[in-house]
Amino acid sequence: MAAPLSPPRLLPSGDSAITVEFSRKIDDDANRRVLALDRTMTQEPIAGVSETVPTYRSLLVHYDPTQIDFATLGQKLVELALRPVPKSEKARHWRVPVAYGGEHGVDLEDVAKTLGTTADDIVARHVAGDYRVAMIGFSPGWSYLSGLHDFLHMSRRQNPRLLTPAGTISIGGVQTGIQCIAGPSGWHLLGCTPVRTYHLHRDPIFLLEPGDRVKFYVIDDKTFAELDRAAERGETIAELVAA
Amino acid sequence: MTRLAITSIGPASSVQDGGRFGAQRYGLTPSGAMDRLRLAAANCLAGNALFAPAIEIGPYGAAFKARGGAVRVAMAGASRSAEIAGRTVAWDTSVTIADGETLKLGIAQGGAFSYLAIEGGFLGEPMFGSFSVNARVGLGSPFPRPLQAGDELSVAAASARPERRIDLPAAAAGPIRVALGPQNDEFGDYAISLFLDSEWKISATSDRMGYRLEGPVIKHLHGHNIVSDGTVNGSIQIPGNGQPIVLMSDRGTSGGYPKIATVITADFGRFAQVPAGTAFRFKAVSMEEAQAEARKFAELLRALPDRLTSIESFDLNVEALQDANVAGVAVSAVDARTWHADVLMPD
Repeated sequence: MAAPLSPPRLLPSGDSAITVEFSRKIDDDANRRVLALDRTMTQEPIAGVSETVPTYRSLLVHYDPTQIDFATLGQKLVELALRPVPKSEKARHWRVPVAYGGEHGVDLEDVAKTLGTTADDIVARHVAGDYRVAMIGFSPGWSYLSGLHDFLHMSRRQNPRLLTPAGTISIGGVQTGIQCIAGPSGWHLLGCTPVRTYHLHRDPIFLLEPGDRVKFYVIDDKTFAELDRAAERGETIAELVAA
Repeated sequence: MTRLAITSIGPASSVQDGGRFGAQRYGLTPSGAMDRLRLAAANCLAGNALFAPAIEIGPYGAAFKARGGAVRVAMAGASRSAEIAGRTVAWDTSVTIADGETLKLGIAQGGAFSYLAIEGGFLGEPMFGSFSVNARVGLGSPFPRPLQAGDELSVAAASARPERRIDLPAAAAGPIRVALGPQNDEFGDYAISLFLDSEWKISATSDRMGYRLEGPVIKHLHGHNIVSDGTVNGSIQIPGNGQPIVLMSDRGTSGGYPKIATVITADFGRFAQVPAGTAFRFKAVSMEEAQAEARKFAELLRALPDRLTSIESFDLNVEALQDANVAGVAVSAVDARTWHADVLMPD
């Protein structure tokens, strides 16, 4: 018999949001509970809740305090969070092309040096990973992936860059990620994908959902250029594969 | 086609409305007006829906010219000098800019942001249900960037109804109220007291994404990294240097610094209006009080139309005053409010 679930902590985020926290750490079990609560709230909406934001270890629940108060909503959220988490989630599996190194991944050589190996070895290890979208946050489509191999865990850069390119594939701490639009980052840049996880003029606008699985594969510069043009036109590029 | 041309405008000025909600789970921040009450007041004056798109004007001056017809606009938020062709226009009123005339606004006084709403709105294409500019992401309409001199908005022609003024309650004075959390347990009692008991100033490097505060160093109990979690408008993060950052309308949807407290909804717009360099304090309130204030704030917004009054015969009165001046009678006349008592029509 499974051990009973521990209740989440309810943390007030001002008067119009509650953070439902399942763990203080990056923890796949906690993340599954976050996504399960998120799904439950989609299937059984609570009046007054306007929006939910899943993250690694907590679900942020935005609500309207003229419709429901903190205590009432908090109690409902705890009840829902204590429901058993479905064992087999039906995740979508994506294959995402990446051009590694060179101008597409300016930190690849340095990462290899720091970790005492070759650039090819870093790429092989990164491509071997079976990743899970733990959360999407910070900027549109910025997908944080869990499942990075221990060997590739590296503390973030001392000096974050103010501008890193759109499509950057990078590693930071115990995570790897897909960045969609150009912006600041303190992570190590391994490569670039032509895939747009966010594209305003495409259906769907956002490609990945929290809980999706992701595997990377290597493409060369020429293929990158071709796929990049197709992606800009609104093609998905990333392939959905049978689980 | 009637147009409103922006003939001059300062930085930090952009089209904003109530914001785009529903995609924070994909990393898309809501954006929207920094001071929702003042956006709503300007729209209310202009006869628009309260959270319709309007021009959010940063601390510097601006000028707007009507082309191809008269344009009725309405102003609220941080007050400024306002004039059309040498005639002073009162703040918190609507006014019609005649074809070819220019409304000139001075710098913001006692606040940071003002709102210029346009009767009937202006043309654009909503993105995720909103015109709000999010320059980092390239969203916003009609321009996905801050406004610049030379931009033109396609607008509706002014209607014939009388001008209006709105009486807003006096801006609350006193400390900015916060509810502690979500990560106040990352700080010791001393750090929380220091945060609540100290005087703070908003740094000049602040923007619509976040206001950086200057004051004493707030120390963490266990370091400044937490696993990234969700943010709200008014989240007060404490990064490694111990100087708080209050997340504003263009915030990242998640953040990895501990959040000591959150500005309450009712005070968010008032906080957004604190000018850089002005000293202020925080005060912690209970969740019950914060939510009671949020409900009062919602009621204030709902009842804004009750605060409108018509300024009848505006133009006639201008002529009357000009005649009086010509006749040598000393009239200093220049605030629409001066006439209000005489000409107010019962609603």
